[in-house]
Amino acid sequence: MSDHHPTGFTRWLYTTNHKDIGSMYLWFSFIMFLIGGAMAMVIRAELYQPGLQFVDPNFFNQMTTMHGLIMVFGAVMPSMVGLANWLIPMMIGAPDMALPRMNNWSFWILPFAFTLLLSSLFMEGGAPNFGWTFYAPLSTTFGPPSTDFFILGVHMMGISSIMGAINVIVTVFNMRAPGMTLMKMPLFVWTWLITAFLLIMVMPVLAGTVTMMLTDRHFGTSFFDAAGGGDPVMFQHIFWFFGHPEVYIMILPAFGVVSEIIPTFSRKKLFGYSSMVYATASIALLSFIVWAHHMFAVGMPVAGELFFMIATMLIAVPTGVKVFNWVATMWQGALTFETPMLFSIAFVILFTIGGFSGVMLAMAPVDFQYHDTYFVVAHFHYVLFPGAIFGTTAAVYYWLPKWAGKMYNETAGKIHFWLSMIFVNLTFFPMHFSGLAGMPRRIPDYNMMFADFNMWASIGAFGLGLTQVYFLVIVLLTLKNGKTAEQKQWEGASGLEWDAMPSPAPYHTFSTPPKID
Amino acid sequence: MSTETEEKYENYYVPEQSPWPIVGAVALFFIAWGGGNFIHQSTEIVETGDQSWGGLVFLAALAVMIYMVFRWWKDTIKESVEGLYSAQMDRSFKQGMLWFIMSEVMFFAAFFGALLYVRQLVIPWLGGEGNNAMTHALLHPDFLPQWPLTKTPDGTTTQAMGAWGLPAINTAILLTSSWTLTIAHHALKDNNRQALLNYTSITALLGIIFLALQVLEYHHAYNEMGLTLGSGIYGSTFFLLTGFHGFHVTIGTIFLIVLSIRCAKGHFTEKHHFAYEAGAWYWHFVDVVWLFLFIFVYLM
Repeated sequence: MSDHHPTGFTRWLYTTNHKDIGSMYLWFSFIMFLIGGAMAMVIRAELYQPGLQFVDPNFFNQMTTMHGLIMVFGAVMPSMVGLANWLIPMMIGAPDMALPRMNNWSFWILPFAFTLLLSSLFMEGGAPNFGWTFYAPLSTTFGPPSTDFFILGVHMMGISSIMGAINVIVTVFNMRAPGMTLMKMPLFVWTWLITAFLLIMVMPVLAGTVTMMLTDRHFGTSFFDAAGGGDPVMFQHIFWFFGHPEVYIMILPAFGVVSEIIPTFSRKKLFGYSSMVYATASIALLSFIVWAHHMFAVGMPVAGELFFMIATMLIAVPTGVKVFNWVATMWQGALTFETPMLFSIAFVILFTIGGFSGVMLAMAPVDFQYHDTYFVVAHFHYVLFPGAIFGTTAAVYYWLPKWAGKMYNETAGKIHFWLSMIFVNLTFFPMHFSGLAGMPRRIPDYNMMFADFNMWASIGAFGLGLTQVYFLVIVLLTLKNGKTAEQKQWEGASGLEWDAMPSPAPYHTFSTPPKID
Repeated sequence: MSTETEEKYENYYVPEQSPWPIVGAVALFFIAWGGGNFIHQSTEIVETGDQSWGGLVFLAALAVMIYMVFRWWKDTIKESVEGLYSAQMDRSFKQGMLWFIMSEVMFFAAFFGALLYVRQLVIPWLGGEGNNAMTHALLHPDFLPQWPLTKTPDGTTTQAMGAWGLPAINTAILLTSSWTLTIAHHALKDNNRQALLNYTSITALLGIIFLALQVLEYHHAYNEMGLTLGSGIYGSTFFLLTGFHGFHVTIGTIFLIVLSIRCAKGHFTEKHHFAYEAGAWYWHFVDVVWLFLFIFVYLM
């Protein structure tokens, strides 16, 4: 195993190495996380008190829109792709990703796509201001001129995601070491395989949606215009056909991460491995037939409301299987609570809260009350922050010793965890109450009755934001002068990445196939 | 088992570093940036005066993109001809191509979905079906729910494109081209070089004829039938579905022309011809999309 690698900046520009590309994805997503986070701080500062304080309402709307877009497409998705790049080849005994040059292209499109998207902030008329869901006609008839650059940016992100997903699927199907049968693969690989399938199925639909927007805006078509025989509600259908699987795209890899971490620190095998695989696949398949639960209040026929309500509630079954399996894995295990484990346990608990509020939202009759309120904001932030982002954070703490060969400071990690845990709940839990009481989302001002909830949420958000900057400090200090990590840093860890290579993992792993028992 | 797999890995080839992906990313950025500005400058959505650099940036970036694709694949072809690619690499390419086609299927599914949603739900609702009686009575009392929608709720009228003129001829052309391509593919497997070259070239030629007739049809629609992108939802779905299909036929035809040249150069062997298979799959894919188009856009 040679550790020879190219030098200079062309190493990063021209690279075909999955580890280099994985690192670039992870750093890129963290930069986007900080930019999107800064926008969240603007939002929470404005909402700290009722009344208009700092920004005008149009700019506030630009902030909510850009925060959502950047976090979804710039922070969460690329962080998961970064993990996939680093881990999948090492976990299945492959020399690299199957299509390394395309892998490079997938990554390098992203910085340019987000340059285009962020440049819209400085354009005449401001950035997109219609929410990350860009409903027509807000985004077609009434969208600012920069909407077109948003559309083209989304096209670029879509190209990147599709190529990344093709690469993952082909790697998993074609590059496994002999003996690494599908049902022996680590669960992280399974969840990413299913995620990649979802990406291939829905990213092109998103591309179709924004293309129809573009032609409606400039070329006279009437897809989303009833006067020409189209329908603005059709926009919502097509968008959410993409949008609902998209939320599983963001969470499934995190499921995989905690399914690796919890067994390690419970010193037991994962409980119910095959049921985990089937549950993940069921969630993915169900995600294609539930999209209209985002649209209960739009005026669908009753048969539609019923179908989408029942189908949505079905998802609770495979999700419940997963949660019970994680708990059963910990049951009677020899538990220790290192930072990755803490983040994973918090993931299980807080994601479940987000899942429960999801079941509440799935009930059409009561959704009429919550629709478009802060209850929805609370719900999806519970599944995204302590869900997807805690998942990625746990993964970074867990595999950093393998990636960098350096061990983080455990005390610092625990401080990071506990501050995140406290602040994430302080930020998002009060939103359940303000939402149930009727506070609408995406507004810069609100009734006096919501003042206390919003003040707490804002204090929590500032703390949560600062805590993530501390995370950056921890990682940088680890890379600079962390203690040398052992090959198998975690006593209970298993898998090729711990058993078959030293820490840090050499630049090229597996020039010959590893032996799989 | 083990000897076979070790051999597989012996041949494993991690492609060398390449400058082309990053060139492609930059080109894509300027295609988007130039294209967006071109739209703004030609529609005066913002005050741009007489500027028209957007289109130039777009075209220049497009040229760079085409050059990039050419050079990238030239490198790939060179490596392939040098025999650097293992059987495993070949499988990766094949699977990658199939999943790429899957993503293309889903892209078309979005537009077919829009077409079916409009026809099955939106048009009847605009005509007052379900609980929409008052919408119809108050907003568009003269609206007739019918397909093809030749008169929109706001009164724009158009003519519908019939199925049995050019579209039927084009259907026959594409079906024939799938057939000639299959003959060519079998010739490749039988190592019959001359038949391979002839039938591949014929297939490409049929693609060009299809495209020419499609241009003729668009000309007819715009100038004689008043059917345009602005003719309401009928024109919208008609032109975007057939337009994106036509774009894919263009790509497929270029693909076939390149394959013809490579056949003439003797690049393909009976066993080792991924690019040929990929091109054939792609061509069959655009053929199948056309059949759906013929049924749902023209015929029904």
